[in-house]
Order: sequence, then structure tokens, then C-alpha cells
Amino acid sequence: MTALTGICVIELASERIAFAGKLLADMGADVILVEPPGGDPARGYPPFLDDQPGPDRSLWWWHYHTSKRGVVIDLESAEGRAQLQALVAKADILLESEPDGRLAALALDYEDLRQIHEDLIFVSVTPFGRASPNAAAPVTDLTILAGAGSAWSCGYDDHALPPVRGGGNQGFHTGCHFAVMSALTALFYRLTSGEGQFIDVSLHAASNVTTEAASYSWLVARQTVQRQTGRHAAAVATQGTQMLCQDGRWVNTGVPPRSPAEFGFILGWLRELGLEDQFPDAIFLEIGAAMPKPITYDLIGVDAEATAIFIAGREALALIAANVAAYDFFVGFQRRGVAVGVIYSPEEAFEDEHFRARGFQTEVTHADLGRTFRYPGAPYQLPASPWRISRPAPKLGEHDAELLQ
Amino acid sequence: MEKQLAPPPGALAGLRICDFCGQLAGAGATKWLAAFGAEVIRIEDPVREGRWDILRGIGPYVDERRGLEFGGGYNNHNTGKLGVTINVRTERGKEMLTELIRQSDCVTENFAAGVLERWGFGYEQLKAIKPDIIYVSNCGFGHVGPYSSFKTWGPIVQAVSGLTFSSGLPDQPPAGWGYSYMDHTGGYYMVMAVMLALLHRQRTGEGQWVDLACTEAALTLHGPTLLDWTVNGRPSRREGQPHANRNTSPPMAPHGIYACAGDDAWVAIACRGDADWARLSSAIGDSWTDQPAYASLEGRLANQDALDGAISEWTASRDKFEVQRRLRRASVPCSAVQIPGERVDHDPDTEGLWPTVTHTAMGEVRVDGLPVRMSRTPWRIETGAPCLGEHNEAVFGRLLDLSVAEVAQLRAEGVV
Repeated sequence: MTALTGICVIELASERIAFAGKLLADMGADVILVEPPGGDPARGYPPFLDDQPGPDRSLWWWHYHTSKRGVVIDLESAEGRAQLQALVAKADILLESEPDGRLAALALDYEDLRQIHEDLIFVSVTPFGRASPNAAAPVTDLTILAGAGSAWSCGYDDHALPPVRGGGNQGFHTGCHFAVMSALTALFYRLTSGEGQFIDVSLHAASNVTTEAASYSWLVARQTVQRQTGRHAAAVATQGTQMLCQDGRWVNTGVPPRSPAEFGFILGWLRELGLEDQFPDAIFLEIGAAMPKPITYDLIGVDAEATAIFIAGREALALIAANVAAYDFFVGFQRRGVAVGVIYSPEEAFEDEHFRARGFQTEVTHADLGRTFRYPGAPYQLPASPWRISRPAPKLGEHDAELLQ
Repeated sequence: MEKQLAPPPGALAGLRICDFCGQLAGAGATKWLAAFGAEVIRIEDPVREGRWDILRGIGPYVDERRGLEFGGGYNNHNTGKLGVTINVRTERGKEMLTELIRQSDCVTENFAAGVLERWGFGYEQLKAIKPDIIYVSNCGFGHVGPYSSFKTWGPIVQAVSGLTFSSGLPDQPPAGWGYSYMDHTGGYYMVMAVMLALLHRQRTGEGQWVDLACTEAALTLHGPTLLDWTVNGRPSRREGQPHANRNTSPPMAPHGIYACAGDDAWVAIACRGDADWARLSSAIGDSWTDQPAYASLEGRLANQDALDGAISEWTASRDKFEVQRRLRRASVPCSAVQIPGERVDHDPDTEGLWPTVTHTAMGEVRVDGLPVRMSRTPWRIETGAPCLGEHNEAVFGRLLDLSVAEVAQLRAEGVV
């Protein structure tokens, strides 16, 4: 028994909601993916197994459709609509991101389907929400993140460079997170009330409320944040936090050192590396280490000694970074309680010992290929109802025989 | 879609959350639970005046007033919650917390790993107090593993999990995320964890401890990139990568953010295939778009730098919203890069997204709402974040049977 055992979800295939279906399927829901004849276009998304294209070889597809079963249904035909209705009659949740007006035209929208299943939870994830004047406007992850505020906050100090859309389809992911949060909330409500409902999720709205201070600085104080390299966009410019290490990799140095213990440790590491002679301002680190309490931000730029200590701390960090590998910088400071981070590429993070020790790497066997591959694992660990990839992504029409009448 | 039959019920009405969450990664999660009707009792430390949550006293501010009741971010993330203070260093405080836990469904926190345990409220103790308790802990590296003692905040989580790296342009340092994307998103996973554990408990009677590590949740957000590594052996740290404003899965060209007329004004344009390109070409209406090199996706990908240059020339003299109007009319994916004031105050697609709450000290303030409309159980965000200990009398009176005089006595003794 897992949290979602016995919960059946019908997912009308779309790249925009694939991740929502995966989050439910990997927690034990029976997710049935409905594709049109010929398959969903995302089967053609690279990268491919061994770089050879093919409908069952897309690694995009493999990732986003784990633990689901798949059927092909032609919703344009009366027979297909009857097949979908039969599936919906036994389902708990329907998840869709169809083009504006399509389901209504097919008599498969919420008001239609609730006639055959009154307590259905119908989750609609659309670019701007069902009632939007722009409901028919096409979008991609890029245009969502551009319109919703993410891109404005991401990029470089040099504003001749464009704002940046963060990688990995995070605009779609954010919409999917809200789709799952609301579906689970509605499921809980249905357990106590017996009632289903219609849920209207807007991708644009989801990313709009996922911009931290950019939105509330405007809401509260009418301040406009400005993008800065590798750190929070802010209404007032802040100091850089990324430093380049000896091995050509970057680290994020976090909140600048301010406490006596931090200055003491930095000085100690400089000495250990034999760098004290190259750093004439080491004296300020010594003064910082002997302070009775941390420097407060209001003193910086005002009090000459506090400012000199603070600047020396920043410069010493840069000197240490230039002389050690990024990983050693990260672990060296963290072991002494200083919150810094190595800037890993995704695969470097995946191979890191911490995530290995937590069991993040998950082996999935593709019986048809006779091969086993390592997949990304659980986002959270629920010991009583464990996350699990129960099967690889479905091949085209793989479960037609067992699921369609 | 559905007419309300009765006053809207809260989807989570009747649930009580004993909440230690702060900052955004934790507080954002319990904000959702409160918006759907759960009773979220946020517990803060009277000795440090709740300053563990650094957002309590820092800006933005609504006016010239300053202090721990005026933090704009704190108010944004803690709407609809009750606020109490308990000094857990005292025996009486421990007793009070024990009784609150006994009456709660869920304990939530995002302290560094081990803090709650050191107070004597680790999972084993929680379970002894209430056998079916749900405990959700949320920290950067989780409670298990070689880095469990490491400290994080949003940007560190993003750095270590690959998100910072994958947001950038070629030959530049990482651009990263100009906000704590993983504080927001860690909070979303915390909501999912709480809801999954609640569903599990409703169906089995069993509670559990969910160990949520924000870095681990973040690592799930790079799926195809990670499979390209594990299956094909191709690393994302390679020449020419990352190139975040482009798209390889699926490949699209043009696909980028282009400068428009005006100061720091930009527009995003994407062509999903040849049909989008044909529509974009008509909308541009210039002969350069007819070059054979641009006729196919392969050609546009092979000549993407030149193509981006030509599109930039076209956008450079135009207003970003004019480009957006023209291309949306042509059914080409396009959006102005909106600045906060534009998307908050002048965008029909964010109407209703910014509710006004009443905060006891600050007055009326607008906050982030929720981007979902649930027909039967809509969210409600009406009251601002609690002031420090604002609900001590009400909560301790109702749940612990303490009189106003007794609470006053406890306050004098430094317990609350």
C-alpha cells in the first residue's frame, strides 16, 4: 500500500503535463497515458538511446513517462471518445493540457465527463488559465518564463547580455508542481466529502508566483529588481558571490564572512596553503578573528575597520578559491560550518557521493533491450509509502490490449 | 465552472499543523496548507524574537516603519497562519509543545538537520507523543548522508544540484537563478510530501517521517540531461554549453531572447517547427527570411547565430509588446520579457493572483496568491502573517485551556 495505490489517473499526453503524471505515477498511482494515433510528438524529442532516433528511444520520453501505462486513442472518432469515457468512468483524476476549446468541441470537457463520473477530479493545465483572453496563444517553456518574470531576474550584471531562461523546462515543471499539489489536495477533500472538482492551473500564473522578491518587492514597495550575475536580482546592487577556482570550476561563496570564527578559519586556511605572504591584508583577518561579535551589515561602508575586515574576507576567499579545486573549496568550508556551494553540472551532482549514499540513483531495467540504466530518483523519501519507478515509459500502444475494450 | 452550492469549504479544514517552518522553503509550503483551510500554528522562539527567520525584519517595507513586524517577505510567505511563541529551552515550554503536538496531524520544519532532535522532539519522541504523527523535515541536504551537516540556502542548493550551471550563456560564468527558485520549489515538494503522507495516513492509519532534501528534489529537475549522461555518456559540461536561451529537446530555431526598442527591453520568440517559422516569416514580411538556408529546421539550427542576428535587427527598433501582439496574432510563440510592474499591474492573465491581506501591524498589503482555481474548494488568503506571539492567548486558551492571566504569567516567566 502506498499513498496513491488504487488511484487511477488519465493523462492526455502533452509535454506540458508529462511531469505531473510522473510525480503521481512514481508514488504509486495507476497513470494511463493517452496518445493520439501515431504517438505524441514528444516521442521525437532528443536525446535518443545511442543517438539513434525512434519512437521508443527518446530519453525525454523515458524520463517523463516512467511508471505509466500507455494507450492509443483517436479522440476525433466516436469509438475513441467512447474508449476515453470508459477509462474516465473508472478513474479518479483526469489530467489535460489540450489546445483551447478542443475538449469542449469533442464533448469531453469537465461538464461532459462529470455526467459519467460525478466525483471526478479534473485537472486542466493551460498556458494562461481557461478563462484567459490569450487562451489560444501558443507558448513554449521559454515564452512562459519570459512573460512570468523569471527571465527578467536571471542573467548578468552586464545588461547588454540578454536575460536568461534557466535550463530544464522549469516553467512547465512549475505548472506541474501546482497541478500535483492541487490534485492531492482535491483527493484529500474527496476522501472526506465524496466530492470531485474542476481545477484550472495556469502555467503563467504558476511561474508568476515563483519569483521570490521580484513580485513582492513590487507588491509591497513598488521596487523593480535588476538582474545580477549568479545571485539574487535586487533593487539595490549587491556584491558578486561566484568565484572561479583553480580547476576552472565555479563556486558560490554564499553570504560573505562576518563572524570571528569565519575570519579565523579563512586565515588558517590561507596559512595552510602558504598564501599569507601574498595577502598583505591578512592583518585584517586577524583583527576580524579577535572581534567579540560578528560585523553587522549596517557597519559596512560606514565603519572603516569593519569595512576593511569585510573586504579582506572577500578577497581572501577569492585567493583561496584560485588555489584549490571547487569541490575542495566547498567541502573545506562546509566542514567548518560556512555555507558555500560548488557549482556542479547536473551529471556531476548526480555522481556525487552524497546523493549516491542517499540512494538517489535508481536502476531501471528495459527488458526489451536487455539493459539496465541509471535514472534520477526520489524527490522525497516517504519510508511508509516509498517512491518507486514501477516500469519504464510505455511504448506506443503498449497497453491497448489490456486497457481498451 | 461550478456554481458554489454553499459557503466554500476548506479542502483541508479540520487539519492542524504544528509548524516550525520559516524563510521561504518551509513557510511557502505551510502557506498553501493554510490557504486551503488547515489550521497552521507557527511556533517561534520568544528569546530570539523569531529572528531565526531572517525575513522577519528585512525589506521590502510598506512604509517608513521598521522592525520585526514589518518584513514584506515574511508577510508574503506566512499568510493565514496563527503565530505563537514557545521557549522550548524551558520545561514548561516543552510541556506546552508536547500538548500541541498531541493535538496536531503534522509537524513541519525546515531547520538545519538535527535541531528538533536536540530539543528533544525528534521523530521517535514525536511518535511517542502521537503515534500516527506525520513529520516532514525539509533541509538542503536531508537528514541522512555525508553532507547532512552542511548548511544551505536557496542559491547554495541551486549551485550544488546543477540548476545554477544549466542557467547561463556560452563563454560566460553561470548566470544562475536571480531568486531562490529552489526555496519556492522545495516548498512545493514539501506540500506534496505532506499531502502524500496525509493520504497515506487516511488510508492506513499510519504516520511517517518524510526526509525532504531540497538538493535532491532539485536534481530530479534535469531528467533528460541526466539520462543523456547515464545512457549515452554525454556530459552537459561541454563546449558551447550551456546555452540556456536555446532549446535542444526538442530542437527549435529561432529560439531566443532578443533586444527591443527601449532601455533593457526584450522579447522571447520560439518557433516549434516549420509552420511556426512560415508564420513568423510572414509576420516579419522581409525577403531575408526566404533564404534557402532557413527553410528547414536543420538549416536554421546550422545557421542559428546568423538567424538570431537577423531577428535581433528586426526586433531592435520595435516595442516589445508590439512584437508580442503581432506574433501572437500570427500564432507564433512569443512573449515580452515582463518587468514586475508590467506583469503584476497590467497583465490580464494575472488578475486575481495578488490578493490583499490585512496584517495587524502593517495594514493592507498585496501578496502572492496561488495559481490554481479549484471549483469546489477555492483557496482563501485574507489575513497577513502573524505578529510575534499574536495568537498566544487564543491558541493556548483553546488548545491548552490556559486563561489570559496564565498566559500573561508564562510571558512574564519567559516561557512564551
